[in-house]
Amino acid sequence: MNPIVEFKNVSKTFYTKNGPFQALNQINLAIQEGDIFGIIGLSGAGKSTLVRCINYLEVPTEGEVRIAGRDLGKMNQKELRRQRQEIGMIFQNFNLLMQRNVLDNICFPLEIAGVKKADARKRAEELLEIVGLSDKAKSYPSQLSGGQKQRVAIARALATNPKILLCDEATSALDPTTTKAILALLKEINQKFKITIVIITHEMAVVEEICNQVAIVDAGKLVETGSATDVFSKPQTEIAKQLVYKEEANQLEVGGKRYVRVVFDGNSSFEPAIADMILNCRVRVNIMGADMKNIDGKAYGQMILQMPDEDVKAQQAIHYLEERNIIVEEVTAHGNTGTH
Amino acid sequence: METQELIKMLAEGSVDTLYMTLVSTALAYVIGFPMGIALIVTRKDGLKPMPAVNRILDIFVNILRSIPFLILLIAVTPLTKLIVGKSYGSTATIVPLVIAAAPFIARMIESSLLEVEHGVVEAALSMGASPLKIIVKVLIPEAKTSLIVGCTIALSTILGYSAMAGVVAGGGLGDIAIRYGYHRYQTDIMLITVIVLVLIVQILQEVGMQISKRTDKRVRG
Repeated sequence: MNPIVEFKNVSKTFYTKNGPFQALNQINLAIQEGDIFGIIGLSGAGKSTLVRCINYLEVPTEGEVRIAGRDLGKMNQKELRRQRQEIGMIFQNFNLLMQRNVLDNICFPLEIAGVKKADARKRAEELLEIVGLSDKAKSYPSQLSGGQKQRVAIARALATNPKILLCDEATSALDPTTTKAILALLKEINQKFKITIVIITHEMAVVEEICNQVAIVDAGKLVETGSATDVFSKPQTEIAKQLVYKEEANQLEVGGKRYVRVVFDGNSSFEPAIADMILNCRVRVNIMGADMKNIDGKAYGQMILQMPDEDVKAQQAIHYLEERNIIVEEVTAHGNTGTH
Repeated sequence: METQELIKMLAEGSVDTLYMTLVSTALAYVIGFPMGIALIVTRKDGLKPMPAVNRILDIFVNILRSIPFLILLIAVTPLTKLIVGKSYGSTATIVPLVIAAAPFIARMIESSLLEVEHGVVEAALSMGASPLKIIVKVLIPEAKTSLIVGCTIALSTILGYSAMAGVVAGGGLGDIAIRYGYHRYQTDIMLITVIVLVLIVQILQEVGMQISKRTDKRVRG
């Protein structure tokens, strides 16, 4: 089966006053139907350009973008506009029409698609219910909170029953609690309506929360791609490690100490692995930092441990964890890691 | 001069002034509005980038805008005669007023539409909206408040210009002020005329601002 989104050798160069700037460099990418696909990278890496190539808001200078097998580059303006109606998009700054109320904002894409007014209103009311804002139909965007605005934007993006939803830093302007709620809503939408979701973000937490597939972009190149589990537990490239380990690895004190990063990837939350290791191997470890989550009774996340200086004891402890399917990596003071 | 006569004269002058102002503004919008839209659409980052067209329009607007109105008023006399049949009176004044106001209005439309955030336009593009739909359903409605304020400014500016036409017997309150105040040294009549002009501008301004405030949905609650 064709992937729903496919990039073949896509490059994009901007010609600026300061000379050409290559935002995307030979990107090859396949997103399967039903995925929640996270594209992560530092700011300026080219993520925004990449996501805009999916609906041709940015036209690649080279290569092909295919949606369900159809090459966007071969479409005329009218066909392209029809295609865009099947790809919803939400933004960091919501981009709602400030002079229209909530209901009319949601009706907007339907007006463009030529849907009859009565039908559009009915559909908009349905959508408001899905995003939990039925009581705000007559409010104006300026009366809503950030989270509520993004909910309206999501409802608007879903109005035309798109097959794909693009999210461009959709939670970057929101506080952590609201971010969680919006991500939960996106997940629900993905499951309920089988919509493929592409998420652009610089926040690893967002990807961890809902994505099943991840691509890492750096300086216009796709440096790593794979299932979220793989990329998180075994990041291969320097930039991936930097994004995955974030601060923890960099905060470590310099010295002869032995630090390891322990990755929990779906082990039982109820098994006290670290305590067992300490008791069994009779080692004293020091927790330098930890970021753990309990999802459906399984532990996800990572922990930085300071191991005892004696090699034998340390090896024994590491071995103990590895036997229990916990991934252990050594971390040096510079943030570099090597897999054990 | 008898008070009654004076009132009658001022009333007629006011009507003439309003007639010139409103008709000129309306006609200037007919020309200036599409010009303003064209200025926006053909920009480098516009909906239909056409750098050459944009440059030409830009220069054209600037040239017309930099000619002092008094000079323009006299310079277009042959054209006025051709269109209206005479070069004096309030109807004749409409011709130079429209020529002076249209580029001014084009600039104001341009700056109002520029205030609309690019993100909103991008959102509309992502929904598959055509450039025409974006102009009609996004740019103009979203800039509504600013467009109404612009219209108020245009009205008072054109009213000011129309008073200048008094120099060439253009009719209206300006004409009265120049005839009595300047040529006949009747300062009191000139003063009254000026007060009436100020009142008209005040009323226009107030009404325009109220409408723009009432229709703006951004500041409520």
